[in-house]
Amino acid sequence: MLSRVADSCYWMSRYIERAETSARVLDVNIQLELDNEDQLGGRIRQQWEPILATLLDQKLFHHIHKSFSADAVMDFITFEKSHPNSILSCITLVRENARTVREQISSEMWELLNRLYLYLRSEAARAAHKESPIDFYRSLVDSLHAFQGTTDATMTHGEGWQFLQAGKFIERADSSSRVLDLKYHLLLPTGEQVGGHVDITQWNAVLRSCSAMEAYFKIFHGRVTSWNVAEFLILHDTFPRSIRFCVDALDQALHSISETDRGHFKNEAERLSGMLRSTLDFTTVDSIFKTGLHEYLDQIQARLNDISLALADEYFSL
Amino acid sequence: MQGFFQNYETGGFFDEMFHADGAVRQHYKSLLERFSKMDRPALELKRTLAEQTCLNQGITFTVYSGDEGTERIMPFDLVPRIIPADEWRHIERGLEQRLRALNLFLHDIYHDQRIVKEGLIPLEIIRTAKHYRPELVGMDVPHGIYIHICGSDMIRDSDGRYLVLEDNGRCPSGVSYMLENRQAMKRVFPKLFRRHPVRAIDSYPQELLAALRHVAPHGNPDPTVVVLTPGIYNSAYFEHSFLARAMGIEIVVSQDLIVKDAVVYMKTTKGLKQVDVIYRRVDDDFLDPTVFRKDSVLGVPGIVNAYREGNVNLANALGTGVADDKVIYYFVPAMIKFYLGEDPILPNVETYLSAVHSDRKYILENLENLVVKAANESGGYGMMIGPQASRKEIACFRAAIEADPRSYIAQPVIKLSRSPCYVDGSLEGRHVDLRPYILMGESIKIIPGGLTRVAMRKGSLVVNSSQGGGSKDTWVLDDEEARC
Repeated sequence: MLSRVADSCYWMSRYIERAETSARVLDVNIQLELDNEDQLGGRIRQQWEPILATLLDQKLFHHIHKSFSADAVMDFITFEKSHPNSILSCITLVRENARTVREQISSEMWELLNRLYLYLRSEAARAAHKESPIDFYRSLVDSLHAFQGTTDATMTHGEGWQFLQAGKFIERADSSSRVLDLKYHLLLPTGEQVGGHVDITQWNAVLRSCSAMEAYFKIFHGRVTSWNVAEFLILHDTFPRSIRFCVDALDQALHSISETDRGHFKNEAERLSGMLRSTLDFTTVDSIFKTGLHEYLDQIQARLNDISLALADEYFSL
Repeated sequence: MQGFFQNYETGGFFDEMFHADGAVRQHYKSLLERFSKMDRPALELKRTLAEQTCLNQGITFTVYSGDEGTERIMPFDLVPRIIPADEWRHIERGLEQRLRALNLFLHDIYHDQRIVKEGLIPLEIIRTAKHYRPELVGMDVPHGIYIHICGSDMIRDSDGRYLVLEDNGRCPSGVSYMLENRQAMKRVFPKLFRRHPVRAIDSYPQELLAALRHVAPHGNPDPTVVVLTPGIYNSAYFEHSFLARAMGIEIVVSQDLIVKDAVVYMKTTKGLKQVDVIYRRVDDDFLDPTVFRKDSVLGVPGIVNAYREGNVNLANALGTGVADDKVIYYFVPAMIKFYLGEDPILPNVETYLSAVHSDRKYILENLENLVVKAANESGGYGMMIGPQASRKEIACFRAAIEADPRSYIAQPVIKLSRSPCYVDGSLEGRHVDLRPYILMGESIKIIPGGLTRVAMRKGSLVVNSSQGGGSKDTWVLDDEEARC
C-alpha cells in the first residue's frame, strides 16, 4: 500500500475518534449542567472550564469569545472553523483524507462521511444544535458509530483497514486518558468531600463520557469511587474504551501490518506498543495512585505519542 | 407535440427528438410517450433525487472563487439523448478511422516526417505547434500507440450531419460523468430502460485497464498500472479516483513516485515497488521538472528519462498535444487519405487557417460571421463567436490574428443540434455536442455512448462545464429492436 495512503487512513481514523470524543464529552457536560440547575454563574463556569483546560487552544478561545459561556464553549468545540480540533474541523479533515484514499475505502464509507460533512456545514446542523444540543451530539455519535460499522462490514480487512484500526485505537486510548484526566481539573466546591455527592456525580460523568456507565456497574455494583473508575478505564481487559484494551488492539493492528507474531517486534513502533501493552497487563491501580493519577496519565499520553511517531517513521516517510 | 411536450418548439434547429414538422423521430417514440405523461412535480422530484445522489456521492467538480473552492455538481439533465444503431455504426467507423490516422501521424512526425517531406503539411506548422516535443524524435513507444484514450468532440449541423469538432488526444475528461449519468438514470427512471434496448457502457474501466496493460514496456504480461493525478484539489479529481477504483489500481500523486536508475517506483509501506504503466492525468508540462516546466511542483524528476529508456510507459504518450492543435486538426482529413488511403468517414467542420494568406483575408473580412479559436486553447477559452461578440472583442481578435496568424483558425458558426432538456419547470431545446470515448490497445474499442454535453443557458453554444454546461445520459440503441 502507498505510504501516503496508509498515512491518510491512519489520520482519518484518528480524527473520527477525536470528533466522537468531543461529542460525548459535550453531551455529558450538558447533562451535568442540567442536573445542577440551581447553579449560579460561577458554578457554570466551573462546569465548563475544565473542558477548555483539556484543550490545547485556550488562547484561541479567548481570542474569539470575549466572554465565557456554555454556548461559547460548545460552539468553539463544535463548529469553530479556525479551531483545528473542533468537530467540524475534524470531520473536514476526515473527508479530505478520505478523498485521497477513495480507492481504498468503500463507496458506502465515503457517502456516509460526505453526507455527515455536508450536514455539519449546513444551517440545518446549527439549527438542530440550538434546538437540542443533547440530541445533536447523540445523533452525531450515532453517525460515527454507523461509520465504524460500515467500515467493518464493507471494507476488506487488509492493510488499509489495519491502519484505520491503529489510528482508531491509539486515538481512543489517548481520549480515554484525557477524559479521565478531566476529573483532575474539576475542582470540588468548598465544603464538598471526596466521595461526597458532587464528587460522585463528577465520576459518573467521566464514566458516561466513555459510555462506560453500564459496563462499570455490572462489575462494581453501584459503588462509584475514584479507584474503581480509574481501574476500570485504565486496566479493564475487555471494555472497548479502556486504555489497556485499546493498546492491545493497537498492538494487534501493528503486528498485522508487519505480519509479525505478537510478543515479537520488527520495528520501533511495535517494540514500544508491546512494552506499553505488557506494562498495562501487569499494573495495579495501587501503583497508579502511588505515582499520582494525573502524572500516570501524562506518561501514558507521552508513550502513545512516541508510538505514533515511530509508526510514522516506519511507514509514512520513505 | 403532446402532453408535457405540447409547448415544445424546435426553433428552426436540427432537433434530436423531433422532425422539423414536429413529428417525433422513430427512435424517440417510446420516450415521448413516457415523458408526455409526466408533469412538473414528478420531474422536479426526479431531478432533486438525481442531484442529491450526485452530491452525496461527491460527484462534483471544483469551482474556484473566494477562500474555499466550492464543489458543484455538473448540472444533469433528465431527458436522455438517443442515438439509433445505424447512426452509431457510422460514428464508430469514422472515429476508428480517425484514431488510426492520428496515431500514424504522431508516429510519423516523431520519426521520418513523411507527411512533411511529401508536402502535405508544412514543417513550419509542426515545428511551431505548441505541444510538439522535439526531444521525442526517434523514440519508439510500445506498439506505436500514442493516443490510447481519445475523446473526440462531435457536433451535428443543421442537416443533422455528424462532424468532428476536435480530437482531444491529451487527457480527455468526463468519462466518469458518462458512467455516473447512466447510474443516475437507472435509479431515477428504471422502467424506461425496460422499454429501450440501451447498450451497456459499464465495461469502460475494464476496457481501459486492458488497453493500459497491453502497452506495458517489454511486453510485461503482468504490469503494475497506476493513475497519476495532480491531487484532490484538481477539478477532475473525482474522475481520477473513480477510474482508479473501478480498475482496482492505485491512484498516485507525484510525491508517491520516485525515479532511480531510470526506473519508476512508488513508495509503499513495504518499500519501493516498480511501476510499469502510468495513466497520467497530468499535462506534459507538469510531468517532469527536470525536462519541462522547472517551476512545477507536480512533477516526478527523472520520469521522462525513464520513459525514453523504455522502462515505463505513459498513456497518453508524451507529445500527443500536437494533434490537438487546431491548425493540425485542419489536416486530419488529409492525413486519413495519406496514411490509410481512405476517404474520411466523418467530416471536419469547415475551417480556415489564418496562417494561409487567402484564408486570412477571408477571415479578417468576415470576423463578425465566424467563430475564431486560438489554436492551442481548450475548455471554451480563447474563443470568439462573431455574431455574439462586441466590437471591442472583434477588434481584439483582429489584432491578435494579424500579430500571430499561426495561432488562430476560424470556422463558420454551426447551428448545433438541439435536444429537449428539462429547464425551469418545462421542456426546452438546448444545444448539445457528443464526446464518445475511444480506446486503443490491442484493438480499437469505442464505448457505445459517450458524454452528451448541454449548453444549459438559453441560446448558448458553449457546452464546457467550466462555462456552465451540463450533461445528459446518452443511449445507443441495440440493432434488433431499433428496427421495430
